[in-house]
Amino acid sequence: MNIVVCVKHIPDPNVPPEMDGDRLKRQGVQGVLDPGDEFGVEAGLQLKEAHGGDVTLVSMGPAQAREAVTRGLSMGADKGILISDDALQGADALVTARVLSAAIKRTEFDLVIAGVESTDGYTGTMPATLAEFLGVPQVTFAKTLESDGSSVKVQRQTASGYHVVECPLPALVTVTAGVNEPRYASFKGIMAAKKKPVEELSVADLGLSGDDVAIKQKIAQIVPAEERKAGEVFEDDGTGAAKIADFLKEAKVI
Amino acid sequence: MSSVWVYAEVHDGELDPAALEILTKARELGEASAIVLGAGATEAAAKLGEYGAATVFASDDSVYDDYIAQPHAHALAELIAQHNPDLVLFANNYDSRDIAGRLSGKTGSTLMGNAIGLHSVDTAQTTIFGGAELVDVELEGTPKLVLVRPKSFEPSPSGGSATVVPVEVDLPDEVKKAKRVERHEEAASGPKLDAASVVVSGGRGLQEPDNFKMLEDLATLLGGAVGATRAVVDAGWVPYSMQIGQTGITVKPGVYIAVGISGATQHMVGMKGAKKIIAINKDEEAPIFSIADIGVVGDALKIVPQLIEEVKNRKG
Repeated sequence: MNIVVCVKHIPDPNVPPEMDGDRLKRQGVQGVLDPGDEFGVEAGLQLKEAHGGDVTLVSMGPAQAREAVTRGLSMGADKGILISDDALQGADALVTARVLSAAIKRTEFDLVIAGVESTDGYTGTMPATLAEFLGVPQVTFAKTLESDGSSVKVQRQTASGYHVVECPLPALVTVTAGVNEPRYASFKGIMAAKKKPVEELSVADLGLSGDDVAIKQKIAQIVPAEERKAGEVFEDDGTGAAKIADFLKEAKVI
Repeated sequence: MSSVWVYAEVHDGELDPAALEILTKARELGEASAIVLGAGATEAAAKLGEYGAATVFASDDSVYDDYIAQPHAHALAELIAQHNPDLVLFANNYDSRDIAGRLSGKTGSTLMGNAIGLHSVDTAQTTIFGGAELVDVELEGTPKLVLVRPKSFEPSPSGGSATVVPVEVDLPDEVKKAKRVERHEEAASGPKLDAASVVVSGGRGLQEPDNFKMLEDLATLLGGAVGATRAVVDAGWVPYSMQIGQTGITVKPGVYIAVGISGATQHMVGMKGAKKIIAINKDEEAPIFSIADIGVVGDALKIVPQLIEEVKNRKG
């Protein structure tokens, strides 16, 4: 079973974000493999262990995004593809999906795995668009993922519970952080990752034109939101509960 | 006049209330129409008409309930090719996110997620940094596709009625792949989370799943519902149906009590519309305190049981 896992290099979510003009600053910022994507890599590795085949990581981002690919390789993925091009700065989900699909179509795949949404952008629509470009069905919000090698069975999160969804391969699945417990990269894995192949591609290498990667979203303005004023914050000295109860009484909840 | 479409979800025959919120806004921007697909669609069309849809494209075919996203995107793409709307709006829900995503690939239209406002058919507003900054985004191309967060607009009926147009689209077998074979509901007792006037919500700070019991006791006393952060839902402590935030439910209760919740962006966008926010957290640096009306820095496991007693005393 050949598996492709989409991975994203994002600014470290534990560091307060900075703007670079009207975009999130990415250059020169400490970056990490999106923590949500570690679950995708782990899901791919587990399926490979059960069914054989290989796991290819695909990523789009600046040159430093290679760090994210390397991190996934050190967990155990076999190879990587990184699409890096100045023309892709500020790409929207549509362009990202088009670029990733062009790269994935160069490989033989049975299953594409992605996180449900990136930790920095939170849009969550890129995987569905990618599935459309690849001409395969998608099953999003997988809380569990099983496969018999020719289809997948997934518990898909809903607003009021979950649905069990079955889908033949090839397909695309997005996984939540509940799907597995990602493994740590071992020292051996980290050393091995340095020797694993990572193909670096430009937009032209993928046979895409400038029109294909034209961005159709433009930031018109950014203004501070009306701030919600912080109220009284105090250390609990044993009267915290009573103060909250008074507040609830005042708010006519009691 | 611009043509603005709203894709309305139906689940088990029940119309998603976010569709009525978005329709209320859509009719300000142009002539509003709605699309509703799945069992109960034709019945839902009447309601959509009352909230401003002049035309409702509807199909009661259960194929839309059985399969995920592909049949819907296929039907929408055909309708769009026939009618050329300027803007298609979706609620930022599980199914609509997938449908809009696929549709974006089919039509080559840019898709904007997480909108909280619409200025015109080509400018929408979203927020970044957990709501600290408002961003206006201009969209190019036709049709534009925008996912709107539930509870962004107050629904109000227009007193209109819709012309219902049956959707008759041939669906090829290749759009019938991802099939729902079982449905599990995890409905909690008490008021519905997205409609409750009081929400008591818990995060990692509760330390272990069993401690959610005390939040249930508090919520029951206050006539409220219990919610949770994505972290504890992902950890399997509580069911998905309790998840509040970017993914999950958006709540706007009168009072929101955040217990052991630090206030990740993911969570804050789903609850910062609450009228009053009460926060209990050990870490005085927790971002949740920056939006709380009253914040107590301390041990939630001690404070919540005390609060339950205090509330009982005040209720007599």
